[in-house]
Amino acid sequence: MTATFITARHVVQESVRRRVFLVVFLLTMAFLGLFFLAAVKAFAGPAPFVFGSGNLIDAGQIASITTVTLLGLGAFASLFLATVLAVFLTLGAVRGDAERGLLQPLVVRPLGRAELLLGRFVGAVAVCVAYVTVLYGTVVVIVHQAGGQWPDHVVGPGLALDAAVAILVAMSLLGSVFLSTTANGIAMFMLYGAGLVSGLLASIAAALGAQSLLTIAHDMAIVLPFEGLYQAALHALGSNQTGVTRVLVNLGPFGSSHAGGITFDIWSAAYLAIVALIAIVAFERRDL
Amino acid sequence: MSTAASTPRPPLPSDSPAQSAPARSQPALVVCGLGKRYGSVVALEGIDLTVEPGELVGLVGANGAGKSTLMKIACGLVRPSTGTARIFGAHSDTREARRTLGYLAELFRFPGWCTGSEVLRLHQRLSNSGGDRRERYELLELVGLSDAANRRVEEMSKGMQQRLGIAQALVGEPKLLLLDEPTSALDPAGRRAIRTLLQELRARGIAVLLNSHLLGEVERVCDRVVILAGGKVVTAGRPDELTTRGGVDIQTGNGIRRFPDARRQDVPRIVAQLVSDGFEIYEVKVIRSTLEDAYLRLVDPT
Repeated sequence: MTATFITARHVVQESVRRRVFLVVFLLTMAFLGLFFLAAVKAFAGPAPFVFGSGNLIDAGQIASITTVTLLGLGAFASLFLATVLAVFLTLGAVRGDAERGLLQPLVVRPLGRAELLLGRFVGAVAVCVAYVTVLYGTVVVIVHQAGGQWPDHVVGPGLALDAAVAILVAMSLLGSVFLSTTANGIAMFMLYGAGLVSGLLASIAAALGAQSLLTIAHDMAIVLPFEGLYQAALHALGSNQTGVTRVLVNLGPFGSSHAGGITFDIWSAAYLAIVALIAIVAFERRDL
Repeated sequence: MSTAASTPRPPLPSDSPAQSAPARSQPALVVCGLGKRYGSVVALEGIDLTVEPGELVGLVGANGAGKSTLMKIACGLVRPSTGTARIFGAHSDTREARRTLGYLAELFRFPGWCTGSEVLRLHQRLSNSGGDRRERYELLELVGLSDAANRRVEEMSKGMQQRLGIAQALVGEPKLLLLDEPTSALDPAGRRAIRTLLQELRARGIAVLLNSHLLGEVERVCDRVVILAGGKVVTAGRPDELTTRGGVDIQTGNGIRRFPDARRQDVPRIVAQLVSDGFEIYEVKVIRSTLEDAYLRLVDPT
């Protein structure tokens, strides 16, 4: 475990010291500034309007819809930016680093390859989870400051986003064992995109009442559990909404919201363990 | 930029006699029937090689001969298809084996954001060497980088990074050093410093397997030389066994006189004869073929 800790610490140091992370910090600040402006304008703008056959959407409902939509945007942006960070921290962890000659001096030290990979995982997860937690927390505070409302659940969605980014880190590390740096980066963003598309499909399917499309979308969320966790986070942010507000929230632009549950949490944990195990076994067998 | 040759050499880290010697009676490296295939490509076939403690063995061969693959198998980076490699009796892919070795890869890099001292500290921790700031200082001093301890790797020249790589390989007082082209990026002064360092390591009982294309360098420092071609050992032996005599040249006042069949022990007799014949002797040179001649004869007869 000591070697795992040393490696994880090295990854965290790298995250802090590389200049690229200064850019990430500045861009994140820029995003939060724009998000704050958008939140202030969103809460100031809307007025009550008629929905469907004469149902009045009152100011309170509009505030709730605005809150959940902004929080959805915040959750989407938090996961997306954390995914970018996670992928760039890990996309070349094995094959890429071996091709550049960074890995060999470390692997010949008396530590197991499993410890080395686990250290990379722990370090990257520590950075990305800290990042997504701070970003999500800031988004929640901004929405509260702008509109005076808190999400229906605060901690649960944050934990779901943390778990989603941990799975993405593990998947990227697994990809790095087999794929070159560029190929792994492309593959990871395509998988992330596939998850995103499945969420949008679920929204469309829900609106149209297309059950088979909904099933496909839910199956994809199981195959790519980071998407399922994201959907669970979206759901928890506005889980107390009902009626017309619920319908409008479900049509939100940031993908379907779908309640998670303990079974899905267990599946996500098992998925993470399986991905990590395959990555370790493949790394153990790989010539460097 | 400081150079290793310009400063007096400090003692090697932990020159104290209390070294934790791993099973000293065992050979440092035993390679037995080693083979490696990459698909249909045979990289190594039937390699047998032993390196004793305190022995400096040179590994030479053309590009693609299998030298680096052999090194990588010896340090557990690559798994052999057949045969075994043992380091002080332990299988090369075990932690026990890796505790006793230091390795410098042919193509290596350190994180650009790290300083030289931080690179060594990371390797001290990973090897659980118990080494401290003093060891880091001594290692950096040893390779002529003490002035650059706090310089980022990305700000170092290729030669400085090569020296840092050598210092890294020495972290944890290895008993076997596997050096893959350690002087490829060094200037002549740096090469000489590394030659001296290798001789010091040998004197301390550290075994070294040196892979180099610089045959003159190998000939100068190595106790034995192994020549690889096409993944097989073509020949092995002491440098003076692999080279051949080429006669004696004697420079006299009337020009150079060549005695093509003469040997070293014939020189006093020949010189005495020439002097008695009235020649003035200015220089005597015993001609031998070089390792390069032997290598080219074996590997590339054309």
